[in-house]
Amino acid sequence: MKMSDTLHETYSALSANKVRSGLTILGIVIGISSVIAMVSIGTGASDRISSSIESLGSNLIQITPGAQRTQGFGASGGRGGAKTLTNDDAGAIATQVGNVQAVDSQVSGRYQITAKGTNTNTSVQGVTSAYPQIRNLEIAEGSFISDSQNDSAAKVAVLGPTTRDDLFGIDATGVVGQSIRIKGLEFKVIGISVAKGGSGFMNQDDMIYIPVKSAQRYFSGDQYLTTIAVQATSQGVMTQVQQDITDLLLARHKISDSTQADFSVLNQNDILGAASSVTTTLTYLLAAIGGISLLVGGIGIMNMMLTTVTERTKEIGLRKAIGAKRKDISTQFLAEAIALTMIGGVVGIALGWAISLAVNLTGLVTTSVSPVSVVIAFGVSALTGIIFGWYPARKAAAMNPIDALRYE
Amino acid sequence: MIEIKDITKSYGEGDAAFQALKGVTFTIEDGEFVAIMGPSGSGKSTLMHILGCLDTPTSGTYLLDGKDVSTFDDERLADIRKDKIGFVFQSFNLLPRTSVLRNVMLPLVYAGVGEKEREERATKALHAAGLTELHFQHKSNQISGGQIQRVAIARALVNDPTLILADEPTGNLDTKTGEIVLGTFQKLNKEHGRTVILITHEHDVAAHAERIITLRDGLIVSDSKKHARKHARHVHD
Repeated sequence: MKMSDTLHETYSALSANKVRSGLTILGIVIGISSVIAMVSIGTGASDRISSSIESLGSNLIQITPGAQRTQGFGASGGRGGAKTLTNDDAGAIATQVGNVQAVDSQVSGRYQITAKGTNTNTSVQGVTSAYPQIRNLEIAEGSFISDSQNDSAAKVAVLGPTTRDDLFGIDATGVVGQSIRIKGLEFKVIGISVAKGGSGFMNQDDMIYIPVKSAQRYFSGDQYLTTIAVQATSQGVMTQVQQDITDLLLARHKISDSTQADFSVLNQNDILGAASSVTTTLTYLLAAIGGISLLVGGIGIMNMMLTTVTERTKEIGLRKAIGAKRKDISTQFLAEAIALTMIGGVVGIALGWAISLAVNLTGLVTTSVSPVSVVIAFGVSALTGIIFGWYPARKAAAMNPIDALRYE
Repeated sequence: MIEIKDITKSYGEGDAAFQALKGVTFTIEDGEFVAIMGPSGSGKSTLMHILGCLDTPTSGTYLLDGKDVSTFDDERLADIRKDKIGFVFQSFNLLPRTSVLRNVMLPLVYAGVGEKEREERATKALHAAGLTELHFQHKSNQISGGQIQRVAIARALVNDPTLILADEPTGNLDTKTGEIVLGTFQKLNKEHGRTVILITHEHDVAAHAERIITLRDGLIVSDSKKHARKHARHVHD
């Protein structure tokens, strides 16, 4: 039997039962499109998380206070809330640890901010002049906080673009030089940062930067820091720098057992690695959900093909009586199953792509359909046809022509 | 030429075994028109399956054109059916939703004959069976019962077989239409020299053949050559 004849038979068999064929194809369409869409969303989410972590700064090591140890059976303080890091710690890191590019001491808080009749509540970061370099922050207007302003605990502030919009309105000009009030204290705006496009808890655009010493003097009232951010000179030395900082701080805090440390040192690579392992798992999970629906679609194909074989028992008998061999019959039924899944595969890829584009338009995640996933999806759909069509086709081919002709 | 020697066929095993054919021997020359008759349970269907290479005998030999096909496996039997035998069944002869022409071409499709030759040969066979181009593109469910049987005859002819085997071809037809179909067989036998074997349980139908082999309980009870066979009129429509 020739290829063109097989196609002819396949077409006439599938078009004879359009609704049933259509529904069976739909099963595959759902399976393939969900694989394509889910993988693209998973990949997009993973890219987004990585890039937003990287936008926090490069070669970054963050030191945060750990839980404060108490003697005996007292309750331990919350992790991160403890006051264990001081300005002196930051200074020691800058002078005693090698391969350190910059060190920034930070004190953060959330306060009510007011300006000419408007008010907002946002994060106020006490930082040093090293902040822009470490955090990849650029200044759009004016200038950032200088060392002398920090040393003198000047009441100056740099606004994030979102905060500026909230306080002065979107079209406001000449904001630099105006005054705002943080917790009732007047600060002079000296600069506006460039938008970084963050969102959620860590929106770097909705922030006010003031000198760290001003934050300590006017708001927290003590010498402790909430974060020390260290930039290593290169990616390669980060593990070493992380170790050196840990050793130094343990020595400074007079702790001999590193498990008892009252601070934690986080390497940006660790965060990236942890996040990417989460997103990879997420992508696998999404692909698995798609895969399950593809499996269900495949079972649908098998179900339909088995029904078809039973329904067409007499036809199979007739074909065999007039000279069709086992191979002719099995090829015919296998071709039908593969045709169903291939059509389903093509439509599914198109639909999955469309879903991925639609998700893109919502702006939540930048999805991307990789050519590899399209090729794999197409291959999988053809394979599904072969796997789930094989048994019904073999069953048809093995029919005895006499029994088949007599079948009622 | 068909030579059958001591053919037996048993179904089942042990005590439940049932012997459908108990030793059947006959020879059919090329160009004969033979009816195989017998009541139900006589073994005529089993014999027809063996003659049609749809089944193999338990013992005995079956020489078809000098070749012993009684020991052939499935695949070789399929080849024999494709090349040497044309079937006309009582019912379900044609593929549903398929044109008359495509139905007749089907054996040639399996034989791997090219598209152009297929159509030529199918057209010739349809003409020989008394059908005109008017019906070629009709679907198999758009034509009458008599026409269906004649399309089946055309299909049986199309691969130029040694033997046309008809299993109760008039069983589903009224007498008048049945006559026309039988007339078509007679014409093919007489004018084209085709060997035709007709399986039936009706005397009237068997009477159209030149020779009647009667079976009962798996054995031949009579094998008579008739001289005055009943003539049916073959008509074109």
